[in-house]
Amino acid sequence: MKKILAVDDSASMRQMVGFTLKTAGFDVTEATNGDEALKVAQSKNFDLVISDVNMPVMDGITLIRNLRNLPAYKFTPLLMLTTESGGDKKQEGRAAGATGWIVKPFNPEQLLATVRKVLG
Amino acid sequence: MDIDLSQFSQVFFEESIEGLAVMESELLKLDIAAPEPETINTIFRAAHSIKGGSATFGFTSVANFTHLLETLLDQIRDGQRQMTAEHVDLLLASVDLLRGMIDALMNKGDYDNDKAQQLQQRLSKLLAEDAKSPTKQVDALPPAEEQPNGWQIEFVAGVDILRCGNDPQLMFAELREKGELDVRLQASQLPPWHDFDPESCYLSWQLTLHANVSLDEVKEVFEWVEDECQIRYQPLFEAEPTTEAPIAEDTAVDKPLVKAPDLKSVPQNKGNESSSIRVSTEKIDMLINMVGELVITQAMLGQIGRQDEIGPESMLLLQQGLEQLASHTRDLQESVMQIRMLPISFAFNRFPRLVRDIGQQLNKKVELELKGEDTELDKTVLEKIVDPMVHLVRNSLDHGLESPETRRKFGKAETGTITLNAFHQGGNIVIEITDDGAGLNTAKILAKAREKGLVGADEELSDEAIHQLIFKPGFSTADAVSDLSGRGVGMDVVKRNIHELNGSIELSSQPGKGSRITIRLPLTLAILDGQLVRIGRHIYVVPLVSIYESLQVAPSRINRLGEGQELIRLRDEYLPVVKVHQVFNHDAEAREIKDGLVMVVDNSNEKVGLLVDELLAQQQVVIKSLEDNYTRIPGISGATILGDGTVALIIDVAGLVNLAGLRNGKEHAA
Repeated sequence: MKKILAVDDSASMRQMVGFTLKTAGFDVTEATNGDEALKVAQSKNFDLVISDVNMPVMDGITLIRNLRNLPAYKFTPLLMLTTESGGDKKQEGRAAGATGWIVKPFNPEQLLATVRKVLG
Repeated sequence: MDIDLSQFSQVFFEESIEGLAVMESELLKLDIAAPEPETINTIFRAAHSIKGGSATFGFTSVANFTHLLETLLDQIRDGQRQMTAEHVDLLLASVDLLRGMIDALMNKGDYDNDKAQQLQQRLSKLLAEDAKSPTKQVDALPPAEEQPNGWQIEFVAGVDILRCGNDPQLMFAELREKGELDVRLQASQLPPWHDFDPESCYLSWQLTLHANVSLDEVKEVFEWVEDECQIRYQPLFEAEPTTEAPIAEDTAVDKPLVKAPDLKSVPQNKGNESSSIRVSTEKIDMLINMVGELVITQAMLGQIGRQDEIGPESMLLLQQGLEQLASHTRDLQESVMQIRMLPISFAFNRFPRLVRDIGQQLNKKVELELKGEDTELDKTVLEKIVDPMVHLVRNSLDHGLESPETRRKFGKAETGTITLNAFHQGGNIVIEITDDGAGLNTAKILAKAREKGLVGADEELSDEAIHQLIFKPGFSTADAVSDLSGRGVGMDVVKRNIHELNGSIELSSQPGKGSRITIRLPLTLAILDGQLVRIGRHIYVVPLVSIYESLQVAPSRINRLGEGQELIRLRDEYLPVVKVHQVFNHDAEAREIKDGLVMVVDNSNEKVGLLVDELLAQQQVVIKSLEDNYTRIPGISGATILGDGTVALIIDVAGLVNLAGLRNGKEHAA
């Protein structure tokens, strides 16, 4: 079972992402900010990390930069959740090592399609 | 997959309301001249989350509105726009509107649509004023006049493509889902062996896709890597049509969005505020821990119970077990109570806004200080104390604090201070509302009270007694009844509300220096510190907070009025005595005051004596509602179950005094 780490400070988004992925048969771990996610990611390996960008404590871009520097996450797909107006954020994210993005708002089908795109 | 998005609505509403509270408090904290970047960031994040959630869960009106807010805040955050007082006002008004919108969604109600339109226009206008506001970039390609039946794609991968977790294989797999794909590898760019870096990508591909798909659809596959890879697309118009069915509609993007949950499908939630409670996992862990201990103790007692005979050794174990059980039960009770405890900041939070708005309205400069925000109290008490507090703070602002001019004249700082403070004291929570205003005008209060006939014309009262007058029903000193306070339904209602919570309210005031109101409340409504009293064979509970003292009264201090009403003289006061056994029709040992004990209790700031046979223990009792379990009884506020399993009734002093036919002790005494 593929393991996914879902990071979002918004409980409703986290639940929606978590629930959708679990229903699709993934093993999902949730974290509420970048710092928490980084700690979780260091204790256990994930096949995919999906992270919101705007979060307290540590934002998603910093998380992605930190993860990408870890040997275990060198090639791991790291996706960020951005908004349609976040053009700069996409570039910033790519520069930090993000694999790609999912544009909010998205529905469960779109989320799963994107996840399959990187997990095969 | 079919996932019902409405199941997340409730969480979204709750977190939105929290987010709005955060926005509001941060906005009020904000120093407009030099805003902290983190404060602006926090406000932005809250708006951003609400927008993201509302768009995802299909609450379009909220999403459209927050989009404007988010854009404004983003510009402020990026330094494109200077924060002004107008922005703060607009943002605060938006917070109010959003609160209304979310409330309407939760309760299937309506929100102020005019206000929404108006605010939306103001925001749009503000955003349009500045040319720097980002226009949405749409890289819309002119639609192809003729749909090609395939694409020739030249894909030169960027050297770092693998390092960001992208895999060309997966992209090709995605293309294959659209139609027949022909892949040709070109490895001509491979470096010499000694320069070869296994983590880099040196390959390029010639791809031929046979499918009736648009360029956008193909481009979408490479969307994430298009900046660092060289990709060229050539449409194919082949003579022999590939008879593949157009699979294009398989791509997720073309699927209709999940139907937005409309108002009707949102799970109904009546009384949203009281229906759920957020509990920290720490508290739950504590509970689980306690239950674990209980299970162990139970197992231990069970083992003893299975023995045929209980010897001295087992007896010792049994006693130990029971002691443990008692201690665990107590801890468990405390832990369960903890769940209902919330920090008073939930109530305090609304005051910065209230004080700001009213201060502006009255042209008074005021600063609000909050202390002890982490002090916890029962959720029910918390909910019920908010309104009285609002009233008291309004009073302080309206009547207590002077205008800046007056303050200057008296050598005070122009800005007045109102302080809300909360702390625990004994088993109570104490809330203090302090202002550094003018204090109570005793002369004016006394004059008013005389005019209303509450005080005799030549009756002299101490300052303290005069202060108590403002708690009398129908008393108001406001010269003009203002919109804010002073409708004469003020302090007596506040006092009654607090009494209903088994609490007390005190006021102290110094002319020219200010006033302080002290509210004492039990930490919880579910448990009461009670004094057990015996009347004949019956045991009653009297709330400890209402008892001043208990004493035996010598016959010389008992006076009898007409109609059988008896008074006792206690120091300088005459107190009426209620013979509880008569009211409840019990057979008591002490039928006369001299034979029993008189318990002096508080009845809305009047002292009243209750005649009982005997005082028993003081203990905490768990309150059971009589209305729920039986029926309402006048003079009784509830019931509890004592250690021996019997039911004891809890006396409602005010109700009992009414029942006894004593309207007002003073009237009889006078």
